[in-house]
Amino acid sequence: MPLLSVMQLSRYFGGLAALSDVTFDLQKGEILGLIGPNGAGKTTLFNVINGFHQPSKGKVVFKGKNISRIRTHKICALGLARTFQVVKPLRRMTVLDNVVASAFLRAGSKAEATRKAHEILEFTGLRDDGDTLSKGLPLGKRKRLEIARALATGPELLLLDESFAGLNPTELNESIDIVGRIKERGITMMVIEHHMKVIMSISDRIIVLNYGEKIAEGTPGEIGRNPLVITAYLGVTENASG
Amino acid sequence: MKRYLPLMVLMLLVLLPLAGLSTYAMHILILVIMWSVIGMAWNLLGGYCGQVSFGHAAFFGVGAYTSGILYQKFGISAWWGLPLSIIVVAAFALVIGFICLRLRGPFFALATLAVGVILRVSAENLTGLTQGDLGIMIRTRTWVGKIWYFYIILALAAVTFFLVRKIIGSKLGYYFVAIREDQDAAESLGIPTTLYKTIALCISGVLTGMAGAFYMNYMGYIDPKVVFALHDISIVTIMVVMVGGAATYWGPVIGSVIMVLLAELIRSIPALGVAYQTLFGTLLIVIIIFLPNGIAGDWPKLKRLFGLRGAS
Repeated sequence: MPLLSVMQLSRYFGGLAALSDVTFDLQKGEILGLIGPNGAGKTTLFNVINGFHQPSKGKVVFKGKNISRIRTHKICALGLARTFQVVKPLRRMTVLDNVVASAFLRAGSKAEATRKAHEILEFTGLRDDGDTLSKGLPLGKRKRLEIARALATGPELLLLDESFAGLNPTELNESIDIVGRIKERGITMMVIEHHMKVIMSISDRIIVLNYGEKIAEGTPGEIGRNPLVITAYLGVTENASG
Repeated sequence: MKRYLPLMVLMLLVLLPLAGLSTYAMHILILVIMWSVIGMAWNLLGGYCGQVSFGHAAFFGVGAYTSGILYQKFGISAWWGLPLSIIVVAAFALVIGFICLRLRGPFFALATLAVGVILRVSAENLTGLTQGDLGIMIRTRTWVGKIWYFYIILALAAVTFFLVRKIIGSKLGYYFVAIREDQDAAESLGIPTTLYKTIALCISGVLTGMAGAFYMNYMGYIDPKVVFALHDISIVTIMVVMVGGAATYWGPVIGSVIMVLLAELIRSIPALGVAYQTLFGTLLIVIIIFLPNGIAGDWPKLKRLFGLRGAS
């Protein structure tokens, strides 16, 4: 049984189909890359999976349970966490407290939550920033705080929304390393990313969205050669919408 | 030192009446402490959980009327209103929370503003229950002196202070602050935001309601315009917290000292008349511009301003 199944999922905003008839499975332990031009519906897909939006049609099944109509916090409690493309740090809380607040989901006591938070800060290389107010963090570390916080909720599936965007090369390598170590922990991931080199190197499989539709699915190698994908990204002469 | 500050302040206050203060001084002290309770209660919801209520008079009034109606209709001591408000106000807060807490930010604030007004109008018109504008008067006061009133409200304030501190240090506090900082983020971190906002509202409302029940006993008279007042209760509550410092332990206490003393001071200048409201408004604007985090929140800034840098 796949960990996550997205079945004929559609989401309309008024007359606009942000997602139409998207279907795919996600197996336990794999990293699924999700790419597509701006406005293709990638973040909307995450928003529907984690319960911010409800699907207009179709359903999302996580661990055998239909989660299409379940509230976000319950989906998180089931083991599905996410990060935000536009980072949402709890600004007037320290980095440590951000992670402690998340760790409470599966901790019986404050001591346990704090211990877990320290461990995760260490894991994500934020140990020295624990006492910093999160509004004072530079963007690269805020992106990493997003990952740390999501990890603290003890997920089985982690949705990363452009966690690599805007990072400098050093930070980029650190983050790729973190993703590798998250995978070693047995956590399944779905990753939205524009950075082609990153997505091609970390993904086991990639799906491509364009105008809300899935236009391709396959290994990084197959996707790189797929003419539909190349058209979606680079456009063709007759169609200047690129 | 800092750790024992609350206990030291409490000890000092416990011993204070032994100094033989005048009745007037005791009255001011009682008011200051009562406002601290209301401020701390509001602070839990508005300061920590980020849900700004413009209608805390509703909880204050429901508490006061719980007490008053017990006395008026059932002939029981109005003091039973204090424990009973816990149940009555909690039930009321649940209903209000169910309706208003699905709204966010300014919409929640506006809804609470409406709740306060609705309750005032209801209390004015449900004459069978509340005696309307006649109000409720306790004919025989429990004590002639102030001292027991002082100790009762001091006990309530101490409980409130330590309760708030306990809550903020716990999971509940982390969740409240997370909700204040970003509700969507909180929700996606597995925090049931509606539930925790309702908890904050209930605790805040109950504490405010108990202060209201105390007020009924202490002042011996209430009417809808007094206890459901928009400026004199709801707005002053916000000012107490804003002046003192939102989301700080001492802010509401400092704020209530300043606000009560200021109100007394201004009232002693009869020429001012209702212009004191203008003064309050101006003060609020000045505070928001120069000390957006209140006196407790901007303490380091104030110390710099007065050249007390060496003190810390």
